[in-house]
Amino acid sequence: MPQIFAALASGILFGLGLGVSRMIDPSKVQGFLDVAGAWDATLLVVMVSALAVYAVGYRLVMRRPKPILGDVFHVPTRRDVDARLVLGSAIFGIGWGLAGFCPGPALTALVLGRTEVLLFIVAMLVGAALHDVLIEGGKA
Amino acid sequence: MTNFTPLPALIGGVLIGLAAVLLLYLNGRVAGVSGIMAGVMRMSGAERWWRFAFVAGLVLGGGLYLALGGNPEITIEAASAYIIPAGLLVGFGTRLGNGCTSGHGVCGVARLSVRSLIATAAFMATAMITVFIVRHVIGG
Repeated sequence: MPQIFAALASGILFGLGLGVSRMIDPSKVQGFLDVAGAWDATLLVVMVSALAVYAVGYRLVMRRPKPILGDVFHVPTRRDVDARLVLGSAIFGIGWGLAGFCPGPALTALVLGRTEVLLFIVAMLVGAALHDVLIEGGKA
Repeated sequence: MTNFTPLPALIGGVLIGLAAVLLLYLNGRVAGVSGIMAGVMRMSGAERWWRFAFVAGLVLGGGLYLALGGNPEITIEAASAYIIPAGLLVGFGTRLGNGCTSGHGVCGVARLSVRSLIATAAFMATAMITVFIVRHVIGG
């Protein structure tokens, strides 16, 4: 149960950050991605500041033997670069560029009550489920 | 046209970074939104519920942003015909590539994971190409 509240708190802070930074606005995101137009560096600043905080925090936290509310750190250990990684990321980028939404900002923007956001999220869940059925045969 | 907003970007980015550090410190988990979201569908029991709480937190964080006087206006430039394909691509691609802007772009890059650096380069590149085509080739 404490882990659920911790995840809730983290999610709230994350969503607040996405709101404050205006990453919930797809035109800001596309403004960053539009390198041939009136380029908007906002997303770069968001990413670099989040990165900097996490880079320091990660090193401090990982000195501990285990997390406060858990037994082990679940941190990715894979180092191999395969076709799935590159192809999947490339496919994600096309969708991200088309709508200006990636998963975090889309979920946070749900609170704005826009039909497009809801449609995007439903499609995103269908896309994820399709992957799991087609590629993994429905296995977790 | 969007404008560069560095200060809210910095504050929001720091909040996002802190949220990710919090999740690692307390639960030992990586704040990758696409993976957490997919886990809500794929997992069961406690594994599902902390993920659900994080996703609910994102929406509540958006609500908190509005409650604190945040701007509820966003500009969705994408034609309505693009919304569903974009969501499908984002959902499918992030599953195949094992992450999105948060998991690869922030958390993975911060710990200099080679997989995340390559994934981030890939989705940034295709997103930029997509926006170029949509805004400057098709949009004219």
